Amino acid sequence: MNLLIIIDEAFRALRLNRLRTGLTMLGMIIGVAAVVLMLSIGQGAQAHISSTITSMGSHLLLVVPGATSSGGLRFGSGSVKTLTAGDAQAVAELPSVEATAPVVSGIAQFSYGANNWSTTITGVTPDYFSVGNWEIEDGSIFSEADLRSATRLAVLGKITAENLFGKEDPTGKTLRIANRPFLVVGVLAVKGQSLSGRDQDDNVFIPLTTAQRQILGNQFPGSINYMMVQGKSADMMEEAEMEITRLLRQRHRLSDRMENDFTVRNLTALAAVASTTAKIMAWMLGAIASISLLVGGIGIMNIMLVSVTERTREIGIRMAIGASRRAILTQFLLEALMICILGGLTGVVLGISGAWTISQIADMPVVITLGMIGLAFTFVSVIGISFGFYPAKKAASLKPVEALRYE
Amino acid sequence: MPGIDNIPNQPLIRVEDLCKAYRLDRHANQPVFHQVLFDINLEIYSGEFIAIMGQSGSGKSTLMNILGCLDTPTSGNYWLAGRNVAYLSNDELARVRNHGIGFVFQGFNLLKRMTALDNVAIPLLYAGMSRNESREHALTLLQQTGLGQFTLHYPNQLSGGQQQRVAISRALVNQPQLILADEPTGNLDTQTSHEIMTLFKQLNGGQGITIILVTHEDDIASYANRTIRLKDGRIIQDKNKGPL
Repeated sequence: MNLLIIIDEAFRALRLNRLRTGLTMLGMIIGVAAVVLMLSIGQGAQAHISSTITSMGSHLLLVVPGATSSGGLRFGSGSVKTLTAGDAQAVAELPSVEATAPVVSGIAQFSYGANNWSTTITGVTPDYFSVGNWEIEDGSIFSEADLRSATRLAVLGKITAENLFGKEDPTGKTLRIANRPFLVVGVLAVKGQSLSGRDQDDNVFIPLTTAQRQILGNQFPGSINYMMVQGKSADMMEEAEMEITRLLRQRHRLSDRMENDFTVRNLTALAAVASTTAKIMAWMLGAIASISLLVGGIGIMNIMLVSVTERTREIGIRMAIGASRRAILTQFLLEALMICILGGLTGVVLGISGAWTISQIADMPVVITLGMIGLAFTFVSVIGISFGFYPAKKAASLKPVEALRYE
Repeated sequence: MPGIDNIPNQPLIRVEDLCKAYRLDRHANQPVFHQVLFDINLEIYSGEFIAIMGQSGSGKSTLMNILGCLDTPTSGNYWLAGRNVAYLSNDELARVRNHGIGFVFQGFNLLKRMTALDNVAIPLLYAGMSRNESREHALTLLQQTGLGQFTLHYPNQLSGGQQQRVAISRALVNQPQLILADEPTGNLDTQTSHEIMTLFKQLNGGQGITIILVTHEDDIASYANRTIRLKDGRIIQDKNKGPL
């Protein structure tokens, strides 16, 4: 008997018991839908994290001041301003370092016309924008010359620009920061949240020197809040970390017995941990969902066993008129496989529409890949064959005489 | 086709010292056997119409199952058209049944969820024929057995006699040399029984098909030319009624 006819026979058998077939299939549908849904949510989270990491800039180190001790009292990170713009310049000279971006920041009140807004003001060097992977949407950034002369120029984050200027184009306008006029030279493209959840677009960037001298003021002239360091390449990060530590200890004149008065943090490593966590989460969700697929498989086996028992006589008749064991085996295996594949198809459709609905309602990033669907189908076929095989084998190994006698 | 090729002057069926025993208790340390057939020797020639008779428990159904390649003997040999089929593998037996033997059962044994036409066509499908071709053959046969207008009826829409005619058509569809009928009239009323037996007689006389019939009714057995009587697993009588 050729395969097409066996498939047709299997279809007829399944159609005959619509309710039973449907219920058995439901197990598969739910399982596959759950797997597709969970994988797409997991991969969505993963994709979201990796895009955040990319937006952060690549191979970054963060050097924060602090953790000093004074007379036996120890202070936490950032408690003392031990880093200076000079340190940043010196670090930039290191062979493993591509660029540095010293940063000062504080909160200030801004106003434009009748609007006013309070947010973070960040003093930076032009390098900051390339190190932090910022893109300029409109206008330009300020130059090294502006930095040296401490010009009152501002580059706005998208959110701040919208809050202060509404629909107006801010470029070329003058806003007031702490009552001093600043010319807006550019607006940055949207970047979204940082890994810590802070909105990076609610920000105003001004030249570092301007911020230090005119806006924030400082007890130690030239001190900075932190510096971002971009390494030459991803595999030079540890080297860079060591070189920076050595250089800064030297510059800060720390004796061997003294602790570092700064901390070097590897942001890339942090990001890698975050993305690994997301990946593990994605796989765990998938694994949990696949348990329901397994349960569905057991349901199929159960129903196929019942079906084989019910149809013992039919099997006997088929054998008597010349069906080989192989033909019987194939027929029952195909019945199980068809439940799985039809259920799988429906489940994929349901899973994708579920993922889409979630992305719309909960505003969650979801990713659906062909690989995911392929995985679900492979899984389903493996389940169909492995759980369908035993009942099919049972059917095929019936003895014709006994099967014919079965009431 | 590995069917039955009739070789002249050779018996279609030759059974030699055939025994069949069932092991009763699989788990007992000392196996207990129940022997059903004892040293059966039998020769059947092509074109014979044979009735196997005996009370229930006489072993006639077991003999029938072995002759029909549905079961294998415990010992002894069985040549079907010169080929020893006693110990063939399951799949080879399936091929022999498919190509060489037609079965007619007491309970008709039609597949309930198939039309008469499809029931008749199944053996051809197992022989590898396409769906359409097999249906054409089946239709021809159903028309010959007088069921031309019932082709799309399901078994439960047919009377007992009609169902048995469908079953006979199914047995004939692969053009077998041998038809085995196990109490084919057991579920039928007297008049229908005689109609069915007349049909068998026609097949035997007109097409020369060898027919082996199991029955315990004398008037049904009287349609046969030769009667073999079994008792307690042994042949106690083998008698030709008339000229072959």
